[in-house]
Amino acid sequence: MRRFSLKSLLQEASSGHQGWERQWRAPEPKKEYDVIVVGGGGHGLATAYYLATVHGVTNVAVLEKGWIGGGNTGRNTTIVRSNYLFDESAGLYEHAMKLWEGLSQELNYNVMFSQRGVLMLAHNHHDVISFKRHVYANRLNGIDNEWLSPEECKAYCPPLSISPELRYPVLGGALQRRGGTARHDAVAWGYARGADARGVDIIQNCEVLGLKRHPDGSVAGVETSRGTIGAKRVGVVAAGHTGVVMGRFGLRMPVESVPLQALVSEPVKPVFPCVVMSNAVHAYISQSDKGELVIGAGTDQYVSYSQQGGIQIINHTLDAICELFPQFGRMRMLRSWGGIVDVTPDRSPILGKTPIEGLFVNCGWGTGGFKATPGSGHVFAHTLATGEPHKINAPFSLDRFRTGRLIDEAAAAAVAH
Amino acid sequence: MLLIDCPYCGKRPEVEFHCGGEAHIARPETPAEIADADWGSFLYYRTNPKGVHAERWLHGHGCGRWFNALRDTVSDAFVATYEMGAPRPDVAPENAKA
Repeated sequence: MRRFSLKSLLQEASSGHQGWERQWRAPEPKKEYDVIVVGGGGHGLATAYYLATVHGVTNVAVLEKGWIGGGNTGRNTTIVRSNYLFDESAGLYEHAMKLWEGLSQELNYNVMFSQRGVLMLAHNHHDVISFKRHVYANRLNGIDNEWLSPEECKAYCPPLSISPELRYPVLGGALQRRGGTARHDAVAWGYARGADARGVDIIQNCEVLGLKRHPDGSVAGVETSRGTIGAKRVGVVAAGHTGVVMGRFGLRMPVESVPLQALVSEPVKPVFPCVVMSNAVHAYISQSDKGELVIGAGTDQYVSYSQQGGIQIINHTLDAICELFPQFGRMRMLRSWGGIVDVTPDRSPILGKTPIEGLFVNCGWGTGGFKATPGSGHVFAHTLATGEPHKINAPFSLDRFRTGRLIDEAAAAAVAH
Repeated sequence: MLLIDCPYCGKRPEVEFHCGGEAHIARPETPAEIADADWGSFLYYRTNPKGVHAERWLHGHGCGRWFNALRDTVSDAFVATYEMGAPRPDVAPENAKA
C-alpha cells in the first residue's frame, strides 16, 4: 500500500497523478479462508481490518453481494456520537468514538471526521428530564455531554429558532461536543484499503446463498454465487439483509427490516455549524462539506426491502426542519433515498455467537449503526479471532432475547436513533 | 404513498392506516410452562421475509377496524386483504429467493 503523504502528493502532482495504484485488488476467491465476513459495508470491512491489524488473522475474505459501501454505509446521515443512556451502550459507542478520534491517522486515509458537536433538542418537560438524566449518566461513564439553555443552544447553533411561539418550542438541549460527522464513503474505502494491504481479499459481486457445515454441525464454509468457499469461521454483517442471509442458513433472527430515509438539499455556503437532532419532532440535520444540508427522516411503519419509503415520512421531517429553521423553508431538496435497516426489539445491536458453532453475527444496528463502525468492527474482530465476545460486546448477545436481559435503548430514546 | 384496499371501506391512502406487525402470531396458552426460548420466540422473533408478508392493519382514520393483509415486501404492493380470524389466503407463493 502506497501511503498518502505530502511527499507522495507532491510527487504525483508533478507527474500528472498517473502513478496512483488501485486502492484494493479484485481477487478471485480462494478455496478456503480462516474467516469469511459476509457483507462489505463499513462494519464488515472494519471487522476484516481489525482481524488483520489487531489479531494477525490475514487469511480473510469479505464477501459483498453488490459493491463495498453501497448499502447503508453510503446512505446514512454520517452522525457520530456516543451519548447513550445504558452502561452497555455507552461502553460500545464510546469505544467507537475513541477509535474515530484517531481513525484518519490509523488508516492513513482522511475520513473527514469533524467533531462539530451534536445538539439534541428538548421540546417538552419529559424531554428535559430525560436528557438531563442522559447527561448525568454519560458523565458517570466518562462521556462528555452537557445541558444547554435555549439561549446557549441558539449561541451554539445560530440558525436555530428558539421562539416560544413554535408548536414545539426549544426548552434546552444536550450537547456532546465530541460528536460530529464523518465522510461515510471514505470510512468504507479507508478500511478496505487498509485490510487489502494486509492480505484480506475483498470480493465484490459475490452473494452468499447458503452455509456449508461439517457433520458435527459446525461451519465448513459458504455457498456463494461464485462457488463454494471454505471457512473456519463466518461472521454475518449484512445489516438489513441479515434476516435473509441467516434464513438461508436456517436461522431466524429477532430483527425486522424497515426503510429509513434521508435527503439532501442543494448545496449552499456554510450556514450550519453543528449537528442538530430532535427526537420529539423527529428531524436530524447537518451540513456536509460540499454544502448540502443532510437531513435524516424516520422509518416506515412496515417491513420492507424496497429501499424507498413513503413520501409522508420525509414531509413530516421537512415540516419539523422548516419550523425549527425557518430560513430553510425555501431551500430545494436535491435527492432523497432509503436504506433498509434491521431493527431489534430493544433497538440495540446483536454482536456475538449464534446457535451454530463457528457462525457469528453482527447486526441489529437499526437506524444508528454508522457511528459505531470502528468499535463494532474492533470488538467483532475480537469475537471472530478468539471465538468469544469481547467484554464490550458480551452484553449484546443474541441470547438476550431468550434470557430477557435486554438493553432497552428503545425505551431510553423513545425513537429511532 | 400506498393505496390500501380496506375490506370494509375500499381503497384509501396509507396515512389512514396503522400497521400492526406480523399476523397469525398466537400467544402461547400456558406461558409459565413453556421454555424460555419458546417465549422469547413469541415475543421477539418475526418472519421478516423478503417476499410476501402477512400482517395486521388498522384502518384507524376510517372504519376503525382491524384486518389482515398480504403484502410483497420487495415492491410494497398489497397482494390481498382479508378479515381478522380468516386463514391466510393461498396466493403468491413465498418469494423463492427469500
